Amino acid sequence: MLEDVSKRFLHLIRGIDRWSLRVVDTHQEGLSVRQDVIQPPRNLRSTGAMVTIYVDGASGYAATCDLSDRGLREAIAAAGNWAKACQGRGSDTVRENAGAPHTAHYRSPVAQGWNTWSLKQKLELLRHACRSLHIAPQIVDWEATLAYKRQHVLLSSSEGAWIEQEFFFLYPGMRATANEGTRTQNRTHGGAELGCQGGLEKLERVGYTREAQRVSEQALQLLAAPNSPSARMDTLIAPAQMVLQIHETIGHPLELDRILGDERNYAGASFVSPDMVGNYRYGSDVLNVTFDPTESEELAAYGYDDEGSRGESLSIIKDGILLRTLGGASSQQRCAVPGVASSRASDWNRPPIDRIGNLNVEPGDHGFDDMVAATEFGILLDTNRSWSIDDMRNKFQFGCEYGRMIRDGELAEVVRNPNYRGVSETFWRNLKMVGDETTYVISGTPYCGKGEPNQIIHVGHAAPSCLFSDVEVFGGA
Amino acid sequence: MAPEQTPHPVETYYRELADLLDAEREPDEQFLMNLQGEESDFARFNHNQVRQAGHVRQLEVEIDLLSGQRHAAGRLNVSGDLRVDWAALNQLLHGLRETRDALGEDPYLHYNTEPCDSYKQRCGELPTPEQAIKDIAAAGEGQDLVGILASGTVFRAFANHLGQRNWHAADSFNFDWSCFGDADQAVKARYAGARWRAQELRECMQQVIKLMALMQREPRAVKPGRYRVYLSPAALYELLSVLGTDGFDLKAHRCRTSPLLKLAHGERELSPSVTLTENNQRGFAPDFTSEGFAKPEQVTLIENGAFVASLNTARSASEYRETVNAGTAHPQNLELAAGQLPQDQALNVLGTGIYIGNLWYCNYSDRMDCRITGLTRFATFWVENGNIVAPVKVMRFDDSLYRILGENLIALTRERELVMDAGSYHCRSTASARLPGAIIDDLKLTL
Repeated sequence: MLEDVSKRFLHLIRGIDRWSLRVVDTHQEGLSVRQDVIQPPRNLRSTGAMVTIYVDGASGYAATCDLSDRGLREAIAAAGNWAKACQGRGSDTVRENAGAPHTAHYRSPVAQGWNTWSLKQKLELLRHACRSLHIAPQIVDWEATLAYKRQHVLLSSSEGAWIEQEFFFLYPGMRATANEGTRTQNRTHGGAELGCQGGLEKLERVGYTREAQRVSEQALQLLAAPNSPSARMDTLIAPAQMVLQIHETIGHPLELDRILGDERNYAGASFVSPDMVGNYRYGSDVLNVTFDPTESEELAAYGYDDEGSRGESLSIIKDGILLRTLGGASSQQRCAVPGVASSRASDWNRPPIDRIGNLNVEPGDHGFDDMVAATEFGILLDTNRSWSIDDMRNKFQFGCEYGRMIRDGELAEVVRNPNYRGVSETFWRNLKMVGDETTYVISGTPYCGKGEPNQIIHVGHAAPSCLFSDVEVFGGA
Repeated sequence: MAPEQTPHPVETYYRELADLLDAEREPDEQFLMNLQGEESDFARFNHNQVRQAGHVRQLEVEIDLLSGQRHAAGRLNVSGDLRVDWAALNQLLHGLRETRDALGEDPYLHYNTEPCDSYKQRCGELPTPEQAIKDIAAAGEGQDLVGILASGTVFRAFANHLGQRNWHAADSFNFDWSCFGDADQAVKARYAGARWRAQELRECMQQVIKLMALMQREPRAVKPGRYRVYLSPAALYELLSVLGTDGFDLKAHRCRTSPLLKLAHGERELSPSVTLTENNQRGFAPDFTSEGFAKPEQVTLIENGAFVASLNTARSASEYRETVNAGTAHPQNLELAAGQLPQDQALNVLGTGIYIGNLWYCNYSDRMDCRITGLTRFATFWVENGNIVAPVKVMRFDDSLYRILGENLIALTRERELVMDAGSYHCRSTASARLPGAIIDDLKLTL
């Protein structure tokens, strides 16, 4: 279907010198069993195209879900009108190349396709997991979920680009809510942060039956636990919280469109400036961060971004020093600093902007037990539940579902409502120990929001457990 | 019933599709159909130049195909031409029948069975691309302006097998922008409505430019501690948007995850000045739900500081045996009752403290205590003896709404502002709120 639209478009666009076309077809299904009742399955299909036309240093786009010849003609006219209206009023120059001249294909590796299981089989898995969550009367709400997404994208351009990519995503998850009076605690496993690319073979990542009891037991533990203490202490941050720590305090500050000011009215700017690239000490010398769209299991794996730049693995922070930003070809053209292939659109109805992509903290050489043993007074923090950071991506405060004190090198009591706060530009300099491969988990989030008009997109964050010193930790009311 | 005028092509399409679904349904089969769409122009600005600009035309149809208590729903994009779309729609119907047959009865399926038609069509005067760019560039000349213009028509419609038809279409624009001085010292504003007037835009811009003069002063860093503050309506909107997430949701209350659970149980209280209403008479959102229920004219959520009612979506209402009173569990047309304080006296009553123009990135730090953290942003000033002294550097607050809108609420302003949600995730938001400003004592700033 995408090919048909793109080939018809080639005839309709004749007479216009510079253009690009991105056709997107997305199918999503969502399944849920809550309190042992099958919830209505979600079934969404989104199909449309975005035409971009470049005229004398200006550009305009038009997105449409009318993929008939009439609809495409109207989109070409609307994009042309905007390009003309912007002539002489465009900020910076538009990208010289509307997609590089090459033909390419990318497809997520899938061992077991979504449709190899019947709806009944998938629901049976969720029903079993759901039943396993309800282990006590204090568990007042419980749910097992499974979501699937297939996205097929074809990018073509007047420069000869013809890039076809097909992505398959899976989001398995569970949740248990424990309550007594007006005290309530949630514990989750998977869902957003354990999303990945691949097929049903990835169900093992969430281990529904294996993990259900632990999830509910921990919800009950939290219900009975004291509030987290308030003090400065070491924090051992598990991968399910590292996702957020990387995302908010490394990923967003390094987006080049923020640095260039595009996001100042909404998502915010950055404390990072172009002159920091190549010399700024972002973290301690055990911090190594990689942008890696070639990690095929991770949510933001791709062959090419939505400007047609080829995705490759690149070091962003090496031994604590900032080496490059997260900016696609257009932003790099506006600001001469090194970037990556990270210009992406959330769907056919939004233009590409700089996104975080797969941004990973490389594993170190310490086992989990080593890091606990090295902590005299600290806290283990697991699974994000609250996030807040200033518009320069500097002063942050995050909350976690689960905390466990570490005293004299040993794990001690569980604590509820653990929060911590800090400042991005100094926080990573207190990174003391980095976990090894045995602590490393591929995670991410499908809910990265920014842009005007707004866009939500999936990003990947793989990380080991990491130990930070001297962090301000506090509990609830 | 629709008035006698030439209908919009999308409306014609919707009515034809509804009739076709009715004709194509099998015996003992029922349907609910929702249509959502927009034809919008988006122009994004940075440094008072256009960054990205274009047009988005999107139309999607969701069909819930029922047979008794069994049902399956699916959504897809359509072109707006039934001859083009019917093959895909027919394929969807076949797929839904298969899925429905594989599912058991849904105990909480709940839809309106007493047909109530409605028709709302608001026409406006929206700018062309050339006019919008010219007017904005002229009004913002000399300013470091950054922001987004969204302008166009938003469509929402419902139909069912009982012949019920609800149509909602509204033209509107929302220019949401800020002007920057040094670093992150900025003033934010919105010019929103249905009739674009360059003169009105210039007047809004002049207000911003006036405040920008104050932003040029040397910013002051305040230390963590407790401060008397004025929260503008825009700042209050950020707080109440967080509260809207689960605060009024019937399901969240019954699952005991609502941040207002203690209020509903009488363990905590808010100030008697706080009366919150979901006012569906005033707002820009459709007056019907996706299950065909007519929204009540208004729902009093909190009255004189006491919890009154939750927002009950169709599914939750069925599960917990309540009456449907909302399309979503998040308020769409929220109003906070006005107070007695004249706006022009707000700085005098604040005395010495912080005038907070906006808040940003608010989130719960202890949900069950309704404790929220967030940051100051845009046009936030240090005030002494009722006079603005200097802009304030970004500060984080972390405090409970039970204190902010409870024992520490000093006054609400007599005047209220309409805050239109500029959100456009997936499609343009139709949510809005009418809120006063608030003087708060002892707001806890932490970082």
